[in-house]
Amino acid sequence: MKFDDYDPGDFYDELFLAKGQPRPEVAPLIERINSLSINELKQRQQAAQTALLQLGATFNVYSDTQGTERVLPFDIIPRIVSAPDWAWLERGLKQRIEALNLFLSDIYGEQKIIKDGIIPEEIITSSKGFLPPCIGIQPPQGIWCHITGTDLVRDRDGQWYVLEDNLRCPSGVSYVLENRRVMKTTFPIVFNRMAIMPVDDYPGQLLETLLNLAPPSLPDPTVVVMTPGQYNSAYFEHSFLAQQMGVELVEGRDLVVADGYLQMKTTKGLKRVDVVYRRLDDEFLDPTAFRPDSMLGVAGLMDVFRKGRVALANAPGTGVADDKVIYAYVPKMVKYYLGEEQLIPNVPTYLCWEPTDQAYVLENLDKLVVKAANESGGYGMLVGPHATPEEREEFATRICAAPRNYIAQPTLILSRVPTLIGDRLEGCHVDLRPYILYGKEIYVNPGGFTRVALRRGSLVVNSSQGGGGKDTWVLAEERSEE
Amino acid sequence: MLSRVANSIYWLNRYVERAENVARFVDVNLNLLMDSPMGTAQQWEPLIRTTGDLALFQERYGDATADNVIQFLTFDSSYPNSIISCLQSARENARSVREIISSEMWERVNAFYFLVRDASKTSPMTNISNFFSDVKMESHLFAGVMDGTMTHNEAWHFGQLGRMVERADKTARILDVKYFILLPSVKDVGTPLDELQWISLLKSTSGYEMYRKCQHRITPQDVVQFLVLDREFPRSIQFCLLQAERSLHHITGGAPGIWHNPVERTLGKLRSELDYTTIEEITSQGLHEFLDQLEDTFNDVHHKIHETFFELKVV
Repeated sequence: MKFDDYDPGDFYDELFLAKGQPRPEVAPLIERINSLSINELKQRQQAAQTALLQLGATFNVYSDTQGTERVLPFDIIPRIVSAPDWAWLERGLKQRIEALNLFLSDIYGEQKIIKDGIIPEEIITSSKGFLPPCIGIQPPQGIWCHITGTDLVRDRDGQWYVLEDNLRCPSGVSYVLENRRVMKTTFPIVFNRMAIMPVDDYPGQLLETLLNLAPPSLPDPTVVVMTPGQYNSAYFEHSFLAQQMGVELVEGRDLVVADGYLQMKTTKGLKRVDVVYRRLDDEFLDPTAFRPDSMLGVAGLMDVFRKGRVALANAPGTGVADDKVIYAYVPKMVKYYLGEEQLIPNVPTYLCWEPTDQAYVLENLDKLVVKAANESGGYGMLVGPHATPEEREEFATRICAAPRNYIAQPTLILSRVPTLIGDRLEGCHVDLRPYILYGKEIYVNPGGFTRVALRRGSLVVNSSQGGGGKDTWVLAEERSEE
Repeated sequence: MLSRVANSIYWLNRYVERAENVARFVDVNLNLLMDSPMGTAQQWEPLIRTTGDLALFQERYGDATADNVIQFLTFDSSYPNSIISCLQSARENARSVREIISSEMWERVNAFYFLVRDASKTSPMTNISNFFSDVKMESHLFAGVMDGTMTHNEAWHFGQLGRMVERADKTARILDVKYFILLPSVKDVGTPLDELQWISLLKSTSGYEMYRKCQHRITPQDVVQFLVLDREFPRSIQFCLLQAERSLHHITGGAPGIWHNPVERTLGKLRSELDYTTIEEITSQGLHEFLDQLEDTFNDVHHKIHETFFELKVV
């Protein structure tokens, strides 16, 4: 297979500087791929896909009664992040998570950031993710967001941006681990020739992060992963992480609050649970505290949590930080809590509740991307340049009716990575979600889930919209050639 | 371990074993019919009668023809004990405990399910006997893979317990088929036809050759003794009970011969009763009545397993 006629075009390409000119650090990979025929490359692609299916790296499709499992389309050309880029990203992500955690402690505590006039109170209280029952709670070690997946993108000029914070239950890390396992068998030689940072210690780091939340006096704390059940779209990941950490995978019906503690029902009676890595949303956690119709949670769990008798990761209430209006205030948070300038910038964001911003947004709907503040997964979105006048009109009405619920951003032209499409290599747009753990220290897993828009020209990378995945290779500092 | 997980592994094994035994069940009848003299009316209704689901069958299918009965017991996904339903349930159970069982086990259950699902689409009535052989083999493969790839821990013993309880129950029912078949023709007892029927029955439990090694002649009494009381043949009822009890005591950690919970008591009592029962006692009581009672006790054992391990009462 030849990259000869691969043209990066007028985009930022992660592997190529220009046509026929790969970035120096990725040369061994390009050489290797050039040495393979298109059929060999396609065979490897197929083998990788089959291996993922056999490993069971599947996601469920709710409406499908037959089989119900699918494999995310996987592309074998990796996305590569250079060592200097990564060093900077790592610092930036640590800074951001530290600031967001301080913000969460603050707004569920003294609310100094409101009192000091940095963020308007009504912005916090009107956020869907803000949970008044969490006010006054002091989670173990003061940590709220133990597991975060931050979505990063690069614009046409190569500038990195934070697109979204995911502090609730970010998923996808199982793909990072499984994709890597498959890639090692796909390009073993390249792994020997390039200094690629390993990602495999994630489950161990995650377990440490969770154990860090148990009271230090407990000699052998019980950690569990809590799943909504086997029909959840990310069930494979829940099961995989429990297996990798060697802890129980529980559902709400396995748990009960008894004698003031959270306990699980075992064949030998009730057993106390100390730390829960919960993979269901806040509102389902406890029917007595939040949604009374939740069948997935445990009645009384919040009381036990409030008394400090069980740790929840992430703590309830972190969703407020995922609000896209709150997102716009992160640079101010970094400054306020840490006295620093934000390292990785936000995408410039117009807040529709501010009259000047709103006027600008309504003027420029054909150039902007409009997003609902509390939606994720590509829902409730208007991509202005691709929308019809009617769609823009409809969004204008919605914005005027509920300005707090909408933000707008310039349309970014995401960076691209060569991707095997049919018999050709084509540039496809990507984003990147690294995973960050907040335990004794903040740890950023060197890699992440690269989502790729497989539809030609598409800028939407969500798996529900024809997106796929790629392995992400973070390069270590240069190794001397021997 | 979690009660829900124990429950899933127990049922995973019961369903796989049940699928195998339904195949044996139908197979014994197919064999019997082939050995029957020309002109004998085909007897398919007894098969349904022993499942206890005769009313359901009649309501849905009407006449107990070969095709109807085989369809009902094999591919009817709305009948919960059909082979295909068993595999569906086994797979759902396996899926919910994937992080507990070995990945080889999960792959086996999947392959087994797809075998049955694909067969259900083509309805291989002409080649149905081969299909039943495949079902039996898949079940053996699953049991073997589980034995050879999963730690023999508490979870494994719950699986084993499920398999043995199910097998004991189904061996009793397979014996009962013979009783129902014989009923309309008492005069045939002791004839060559009768002997052929007992041979078919032994074959359908894979027991014919093993039986010959310890008993030379085929007599009803010896066959029943073999399938009920033999302590070494893996499909005999007593063998199953011994294994089930062994797993049970592994799970509880209690010493054999002493009981600490209702399961240990019920199962131990039944097993020791059979230890001291003779075949003469069984026949004088009547085989069908004896089997009926056994099946009731198996149900009781199952309910006690459920209450003791799976349905924790929180006060």
